[in-house]
Amino acid sequence: MPAPVQRRLIFAHIDEPGYTPDLPCYLRHGGYAVMKQAFTRPPAELMDEVKKSGLRGRGGAGFSCGLKWTLVDRKSGKPIYLIVNADESEPGTFKDRYIMHQDPHQLIEGTMISCFANNVKQAYIYIRGEMPHGARILEKAIQEARDANFVGQNILGTNYSCDIFVHRGAGAYICGEETGLIESLEGKRANPRIKPPYFPAVLGLYQCPTIVNNVETLCHVKHIADLGGETYAKIGTPNNTGTRIFCVSGHVQRPGYYEFEAGKITMGQLLNEVCGGPLPGRKFKAVIPGGSSAKVMRFGERYKGKRKVGHEMVDYDWGVEDVPLDFDSLGMIGTMGGSGGVIVMDDTVNMVEALANINAFYSHESCGQCTPCREGSLWMKKITTRMVHGTARAEDAALLKNVADQIPGRTICAFGEACSWPTQSFLAKFGDEFAGYAEAKKTAQPAATPLI
Amino acid sequence: MNLKPATFQQIDEVITHYPVKRSALLPLLHLVQEDVGWISTEAIEWIAQKLELQPINVYEVVTFYPMFRQKPIGRRHIKVCRTLSCALTGGYQVCAQFQQEFGCKTGEVSADGEVTIDFVECLASCGTGPVVLIDDDLHEKVDAAKVKALSDQIRTAASRRPAP
Ligand SMILES: Cc1cc2nc3c(=O)[nH]c(=O)nc-3n(C[C@H](O)[C@H](O)[C@H](O)COP(=O)(O)O)c2cc1C
Ligand code: SF4
Ligand code: FES
Repeated sequence: MPAPVQRRLIFAHIDEPGYTPDLPCYLRHGGYAVMKQAFTRPPAELMDEVKKSGLRGRGGAGFSCGLKWTLVDRKSGKPIYLIVNADESEPGTFKDRYIMHQDPHQLIEGTMISCFANNVKQAYIYIRGEMPHGARILEKAIQEARDANFVGQNILGTNYSCDIFVHRGAGAYICGEETGLIESLEGKRANPRIKPPYFPAVLGLYQCPTIVNNVETLCHVKHIADLGGETYAKIGTPNNTGTRIFCVSGHVQRPGYYEFEAGKITMGQLLNEVCGGPLPGRKFKAVIPGGSSAKVMRFGERYKGKRKVGHEMVDYDWGVEDVPLDFDSLGMIGTMGGSGGVIVMDDTVNMVEALANINAFYSHESCGQCTPCREGSLWMKKITTRMVHGTARAEDAALLKNVADQIPGRTICAFGEACSWPTQSFLAKFGDEFAGYAEAKKTAQPAATPLI
Repeated sequence: MNLKPATFQQIDEVITHYPVKRSALLPLLHLVQEDVGWISTEAIEWIAQKLELQPINVYEVVTFYPMFRQKPIGRRHIKVCRTLSCALTGGYQVCAQFQQEFGCKTGEVSADGEVTIDFVECLASCGTGPVVLIDDDLHEKVDAAKVKALSDQIRTAASRRPAP
């Protein structure tokens, strides 16, 4: 089946010739009209539209945005904060970068509508430190919006006031985790908080109720306010509404970002048709479908089971290529859609070396609060690196599994899961390669493209 | 603390962005580091006083975040992405080649004081890997020829700089 055509909602103007990040250009394209219209409606109605839209968070977990907003404590009388999670630090993910650099006003408009719907008086955009230009572009765009009275005091005479400030991170991945982010915004080490009791919706920034949403999620809110929740929900598939941006990297002919209706495209269509297939003379070997922590898929393996289609349960029997790219299908086969970062590896890649690369990332980025995560991520890195650069032993695979299995469920934040899933899934899917690594290494040529 | 007048201004401005002064800690560290190049003990103490914190509260933050440094680096900062997508497309070779070009290892200052090369984690541009961030500018799809061209540019800019 041929791949569907792209449906560019969020990326409508990305890479469009002549489209610039300034306010006049945005206004020429109908900018802030949706916000003006939204501000004439009762906030509760806007929240309702978001609930009806079925929007799920694009930051990683796929949590219902409408539900997140309803959990906010509105009785305490404390101010409510909104934080835009622009940390974009999950390896393989690079969509928010383009929104912020090329279409910052879309993010600002989506953010302002979300703030209005939730009676937020102050928002912060937490952008990763390695995007200095992105931070400047956003600051300039916010100033333009302030000058035009779209942000700030008594917006467009509605009596509603809300400001946005940009806050730069400083190179720590864990600031992407929402409670780590909040600590960081409070001027501390980004040590994630223990939940309960520190659910951001109740005890977030300065112990006040706080909404943390991803950049892309908030852009979707603008389109939901525009189209209406019900119409938006018709885009995509039930329970996986709207569009999804896939960030494809690694070994394909045409890596890049592609936006499709959620659940309407399969992995095979994305990689073979949209991205042009493997590099000349090579074959796909493995793909990580949702950012580096998502469990790896091995080409050639099959996924079988029953799934719900409409009201019926039907059997499915999929190869990697057949899996529809939505939260539920990817979850069903034991991995996740996560942040939409699709990392492709072909048959030149040695999986032990690829895992060593991932493990080096997680051991560098653990915040160090929980022993299983701090020590476990370090040991997984040490073992895999030693296998590549020192002596590999047949029993290393079992040792690795043992370490990985002791981390998840025993930590303060989901980093514990994130760092153990690569090791667990690489071993489960490519166990033969790990067990045979010591033997294979004796005769193997040194890697042409080292991964560690 | 010896900072440019504009930096003092930006510092006072940014503190007003937050209801709690301590929140301005990361912004202040960025501003001071952009002005002076690194975070000294003097800077830590000055920032602590400015935000009504103990120096340890500043110190623990400086040591937590990879972007803050406690010693000077080369005039140009070359950050090569090390993470998987970039490694798959040649990130390790790019890093090795930069080290050869400037005759120094990662984390060191080159003999002429011109560059420091660091291997960093994912820069969120994985689709155009391997990527390299030189000071504030991102360079994409960096191959051997690009490393050479970028290194030449850095050396040319250095030779044109008036002697101190
Ligand atoms: C270790 C870790 C890293 C994360 N990194 C990011 C990130 O870089 N960007 C992001 O938007 N969400 C990230 N998240 C998810 C956030 O915690 C949070 O769920 C998200 O920002 C919520 O927004 P959403 O509901 O709009 O997706 C991360 C989570 C974990 C556990
Ligand atoms: S799981 Fe890891 S990253 Fe998360 S709080 Fe514990 S040590 Fe920190
Ligand atoms: S892996 Fe290099 S930018 Fe993401």
